[in-house]
Amino acid sequence: MVSPLDRKLLRDLARMKGQAVAIGAVIGTGVLMLVMMTGLVASLTETRDAYYDRYRLADVFAPVSRAPERLAGDLAAIPGVSAVQTRVTGRALVDIAGAALPAQAQAVSLPDRGRSALNDIYLTDGRLPEHGRPDEILLLEAFADAHGLGPGDVLAATMNGARRSFRIVGLAQSPEFLYTTPPGELYPDDARFGVIWMSRSALAAAYDMEGAFNEALLALSRTARKAAVIDAADRLLAAHGGTGAYARAEQISNRFISEEIAGLAVSARTVPPIFLAVAAFLLNIVVGRMVQAEREEIGLLKAFGYTDAEVGAHYFKLVLAIAAGGALAGCLGGVVLGRAMVEVYTAFFKFPFLVFRLDPAAFATGVLVSVAAASAGGLLVVRRVFALAPAEAMRPPAPPDYSRSARFRRLGRLLDQPSRMVLRRIVRQPIRMGGAALGIASGMALSVAMLAIYEGFDETVDLTFGVVDRSDVTVTFTHAVSDKTLFELGRMEGVARVEPVRHVAAILSHGLDSHRGAITGLPPDAALYRALDAGGGPIPLPERGLVLSRTLADVLGVEAGQALSVDVREGRQPVLDLPVAAITETLVGAPAYMALDALNRALREPGRVSGAHLTIDSARADAIFARLQDMPTVAGVSRKDDARAAIVRLMDSGAGATRYVMGAIAFVITFGVVYNAARIALAERTRDLAALRVMGFTRGEAAFVLLGELAVVTLVALPAGAAIGYALSFAIASGFSTELYQIPAGIDRASFGQAALVVLGAALVSGLLVKRDLDRTDLIGVLKTRE
Amino acid sequence: MRQAQPTGGTDRAPGPTAPPAYMACGVKKIYGEGRSAVHALRGVDLEIPTGEIVVLLGPSGSGKSTLLNILGGLDRATEGTVSFRDTCLSALDDAGLTLYRRRHVGFVFQFYNLMPSLTATENVELVTEIARDPMAPEDALALVGLSARADHFPAQLSGGEQQRVAIARAVAKRPEVLLCDEPTGALDSATGRAVLSVLRDVNAELGTTVLMVTHAASTAGMADRVLHFADGHIRDVVINDTRLDPAEIEW
Repeated sequence: MVSPLDRKLLRDLARMKGQAVAIGAVIGTGVLMLVMMTGLVASLTETRDAYYDRYRLADVFAPVSRAPERLAGDLAAIPGVSAVQTRVTGRALVDIAGAALPAQAQAVSLPDRGRSALNDIYLTDGRLPEHGRPDEILLLEAFADAHGLGPGDVLAATMNGARRSFRIVGLAQSPEFLYTTPPGELYPDDARFGVIWMSRSALAAAYDMEGAFNEALLALSRTARKAAVIDAADRLLAAHGGTGAYARAEQISNRFISEEIAGLAVSARTVPPIFLAVAAFLLNIVVGRMVQAEREEIGLLKAFGYTDAEVGAHYFKLVLAIAAGGALAGCLGGVVLGRAMVEVYTAFFKFPFLVFRLDPAAFATGVLVSVAAASAGGLLVVRRVFALAPAEAMRPPAPPDYSRSARFRRLGRLLDQPSRMVLRRIVRQPIRMGGAALGIASGMALSVAMLAIYEGFDETVDLTFGVVDRSDVTVTFTHAVSDKTLFELGRMEGVARVEPVRHVAAILSHGLDSHRGAITGLPPDAALYRALDAGGGPIPLPERGLVLSRTLADVLGVEAGQALSVDVREGRQPVLDLPVAAITETLVGAPAYMALDALNRALREPGRVSGAHLTIDSARADAIFARLQDMPTVAGVSRKDDARAAIVRLMDSGAGATRYVMGAIAFVITFGVVYNAARIALAERTRDLAALRVMGFTRGEAAFVLLGELAVVTLVALPAGAAIGYALSFAIASGFSTELYQIPAGIDRASFGQAALVVLGAALVSGLLVKRDLDRTDLIGVLKTRE
Repeated sequence: MRQAQPTGGTDRAPGPTAPPAYMACGVKKIYGEGRSAVHALRGVDLEIPTGEIVVLLGPSGSGKSTLLNILGGLDRATEGTVSFRDTCLSALDDAGLTLYRRRHVGFVFQFYNLMPSLTATENVELVTEIARDPMAPEDALALVGLSARADHFPAQLSGGEQQRVAIARAVAKRPEVLLCDEPTGALDSATGRAVLSVLRDVNAELGTTVLMVTHAASTAGMADRVLHFADGHIRDVVINDTRLDPAEIEW
């Protein structure tokens, strides 16, 4: 038989269902976020690994200028190498109907017969090219989709200087090209960079690679020592123009994916705990006040001879039902939402399938934190009630002593009675009112912090493309060319200004830490593309030495004044020792800057540039693009608008996209908190309000006493919420910052205003809801019972 | 339906030869400290024989409810000793007092204090659940004449009915003492008489010692013994030779 206490419990829950749901929702959303984010990270990691595994992504990539095929056997003989696949790759320009700029592409060979031993492809449409049909190609699905191309279509491309026509026979995806980034750019763009697969013999013919390869892929056995294999491969390929083998971790697509997942993982580690902590804090406050309202019933149960443990257990069950109910609903919601998010990300990362994983630890953490916070809140109050003799507990608390507020008498005279009631209650019970205000403030802080993060994303984009990069067009050359080429660009009609830039691919290392990236050389008087710090101030480039971004310096564990080993991965491939002259905060990427002259001096290649930033007359853009395309040294041309769109797309669909979900959750919590505060105020004051009604006050006048209190508490909470939100935004911003971009924290007036509006709106709606409840309450009936 | 089996730690032995239900000596109760201290009881000595109906009479603030709470183990005396049978209540800790209330005492309050979320039967079960030898809840409700309303919630009952449920709840565990604080205070005269009749029946049928706090002097007629309170003292004790039937009480 269900005991009468348990029946009381069920009916109490049914009675307070509105409040119970509001409390449960606050903690539930906190848990939801935790479960969703951890599930997302676990699923994406698992899916990525499964994809790599099934399509045999190589462990080591070894590019080379031109190596004879017989070296494949030597590579396979390196201890630890379990499989070798050689191939031919090359750069191509693809004509796109209706576009002034050709798209860039990478051509990759497929074995003439059979599947590729490593870096297999996933055919999504059509068939593989047939042996002996050199004009048949596969196209990367994302690129084909971006241009409306499909099997049966014809594609014109320039390979190795020769323009040829191809027939698309199929579309494919590959774990190697999840992310495709045009050369010289940071962010991926499906439309402007494609991959063409064709038979090895056809591609070898196009690039003069018959009997040879220019890239070797290696798979390693489980026990292999990666560094030793890379060294051995480098030694084998050095004589044939090897530019340095690198591990999968350095592979560009994998690096982006991993960086994105790492970004999500950091967000998942840092942001949900903040939300959960705030939700737990609120739960603690709310449950405490709820149990406080049950004081008379607690006293009565004790009068009957129920022990403290029995009464405690009863209320613990009540609190447990609400907290665990909320937490479980949060888990469920987290699974559903997490699953939906994983699908969105699967599409974004172009995984051909999805492995959905949940992190059981997240469930346990969520439920435990909820139950612990609620129990702490409930038991604290229950203990306080236990400390009273039951005779005292059964009486409502003695009327609070308002005599201290008499010193506000002069001020009070200016107010009517209801206003005085509001004022005195606040003055008399500063701790309770402070708790309510703090609760609302922490709810608001989440909204403030999330709005600050939105602002931070915009700031990063604006600073990068409005202040750092003021050019219209960026030109990338096929290799470092003489700076005289710039004059050629400057002479073009419609080109207003040309500035040189030199990107040098290099592995920067300091002790055991290394980073595969590039050094950017800029002229001292740069105006189109400038090295700027996070505050927007120019970074002076010294006569010698590097200026590192803080992100990169942290990766390398290096400080200003120390020296870096720079392993240049192009040209003569010198290894340089360069001092770090300064470290600066930046917002995008992890750049290493150097004065152009100093860089060229260090490389002993005076007067060389690898690209240029241009401002142009937009009316002549098409003619300029046509001219650029005809220049043999130009590898790529990108418009700033395209690049800007690419980063915005990345931020809105990658790890950054979760900020919208988190923002929504922040708003739900904010609203839940304000509503709870209003409900509890109602519960605490029902008797006072009833008395007012009995004395002839109208519903509106009685409601004023309640809502006036809520209004004052809310107003007090606004500045506190802004301050806490400001502090939180730093923690959350670091959670969203990755090596790809950094998100500045801090808050502007607009974010604060918006968050304040959210809170005021929530207060208004809560006030109306509570007023509705108040109007429905049989106030006279309240007075008839007890007391 | 008189029950004579022992139900508690102390033997139930009503009658003139039985030991007194309560003995109190020099009981003082002071609320607060210093200048704001309130002396609710200023030194009370009493002896309450088992099986009597005792009325505690006096104006508001005279200390009668305070004494009732102390006798019921709901509160503690600041000074003096209080014993129930051979148990010294003053020496019990919180757990001891809880056990004492659970085994021996039934309470009836002015405002019924029913759990609004439980039906009449369930309110009674709340107590029978933790009692050692309770009546069936239906029997307790039959005793107060409410069998027909057993499944009603407090909100569906009149004030008098609610108070009868409260009495049923209090007696269902067969307590040795039933402590009532202004049980008719919120009721009209007819309903009040009916409630007093129920208390009288409980005393007669179960042999329960009944202590009743009231400020209505007329109620004194139904008591065996009347304690008059004033200013935290017992001013005098009146022993009635004959008890009035509650129906005859002038309201």
